[in-house]
Amino acid sequence: MPDRVYLDYAATTPVDPRVLEAMLPYMTERFGNPNSLYAAGREAHAALEQARVLFAQGIGADLPNEVIFTSGGTESDNAALVGITSAVGGNPRHVVVSAFEHHAVLEPAHLLGKSGFEVTVLKPREDGIVHPDDLRGVLRDDTALVSIMHANNEIGTVQPIADLASVAHERGALFHTDAAQSLGKIPFDVEGSGVDAASFSAHKVYGPKGVGALYLRRGTPFRPLLGGGGQEFRKRSGTQNVAGAVGFAEALRLMLAERDAEALRLASLRDRVIEGAFARIPNVQLNGDPTRRLPNIANLIIKGVEGEAMLLRLDAEGYAVSTGSACSSGSLEPSHVLLAIGCPPELAHGSLRVSVGRFTSELQIDGFIDALVPIVDKLRSMSPVYERMYGAD
Amino acid sequence: MYTEIVMDHFNHPRNVGVIEDADGVGEVGNPVCGDMMKITIEVEQDTLKDVKFQTLGCGAAIATSSIVTEMAKGMSLEKAVAITKRDVAQALGGLPPAKMHCSILATDGLKAAVDDYLVRNGREPISGGLAHDDPHFDPHAHDDHESAG
Repeated sequence: MPDRVYLDYAATTPVDPRVLEAMLPYMTERFGNPNSLYAAGREAHAALEQARVLFAQGIGADLPNEVIFTSGGTESDNAALVGITSAVGGNPRHVVVSAFEHHAVLEPAHLLGKSGFEVTVLKPREDGIVHPDDLRGVLRDDTALVSIMHANNEIGTVQPIADLASVAHERGALFHTDAAQSLGKIPFDVEGSGVDAASFSAHKVYGPKGVGALYLRRGTPFRPLLGGGGQEFRKRSGTQNVAGAVGFAEALRLMLAERDAEALRLASLRDRVIEGAFARIPNVQLNGDPTRRLPNIANLIIKGVEGEAMLLRLDAEGYAVSTGSACSSGSLEPSHVLLAIGCPPELAHGSLRVSVGRFTSELQIDGFIDALVPIVDKLRSMSPVYERMYGAD
Repeated sequence: MYTEIVMDHFNHPRNVGVIEDADGVGEVGNPVCGDMMKITIEVEQDTLKDVKFQTLGCGAAIATSSIVTEMAKGMSLEKAVAITKRDVAQALGGLPPAKMHCSILATDGLKAAVDDYLVRNGREPISGGLAHDDPHFDPHAHDDHESAG
């Protein structure tokens, strides 16, 4: 078996050893329930609240109690969409989400559509950006909530969140953003950007899986999804995952401390992927705006090759990447993100997402391109239509 | 999620290529759906003397194409068109439900090539039609029954 090279950091990340070290005591000796009154409980409570302060500072929140810890990005997204729309006063009937949101936003939006709301699914433009003018065009007087992600998880494009939030507010709508993919990678400040709610996930930033956070600006209407003991300011019942919260806060602290230097290093690795692919493989295309993007995601179309076949061959060579082909998702349709930015299905089937991270090296990228070139050659030579569709090179 | 046999056929596909001056050619699928197969056959006394394929598609599409050429080689035309998607899946040690349509691609390709040979020689097609020609064909239907043919 070859050495494994992980190039799918947008899917998940390993827990940083420094994060694990911060978490461990809260699973063993400091195991108290943060809601208990005795010393062990107070110790856990102090750690939880310290994590909340750190996390709130990290995302630029004014107050620690604007942050509630959740079980992950999916819960945060569901809580934001369902929790806010069911608590908004008046007679709100309308919700806007972008067409390339994560399914954790699209699915609850779909459910809202079945329970009396009208849902507008707003298309990004071909550059992979949701333009504020386009949002302005679909807003209504009865729009309750707009949810547009900060950075897209498949193509990495970064949305003008402050402008979008301000357009929503002009019409009296609240604004939520799924910032799971951008957290700690590019500057983001919930207070400065003006969002009312934002979702975050720990396992995208070298924290543990099963931990997330939801930012709810003070005064934002919200009805909890989970009822019970009234933890997290009555907004999310359930005994808190103290070790998880401590780990998430530490993970974010490390991300921010290393962010600017790391962004440059990652962008250079990402560009090495793109330049390597363009230089050595004919008929390649880059998806999404070339500049307004995360430093760590490259999404390529390798024309005339099916993505799952590429992924499996790369896996056999030790490289882990992902694809937006239909066959990888178990559905007939290729990636809804690529379709939303106008990529034709026959091209979307050949998409490859390479996402780099903390433990990626130049050597790994060079090895990846060296492995990819013959795989693409081989698969194209097996295709009945490659020559016909894309000509000989 | 794939069996070892699927991975073996995916990593080492058998009978890849095109037979020059083939006696029959079958081309099925559509790049829009991500799956496309071309199969060429050489026929001697109504028996498949040689079978080769080219496939654009996922791991299962390539593996089913590969194994169907192995199964069909040496078979009579009648037996070859009677190979079902279940036969193909079984020979591979099983396929995930979402991938069953890939085995239809393989059996359809073979049927199309046999019919092409027969029609070229002024004879009646015997495959009974392709699943891909049926406007109600749902490649993701998980039911187990075979389409008539």
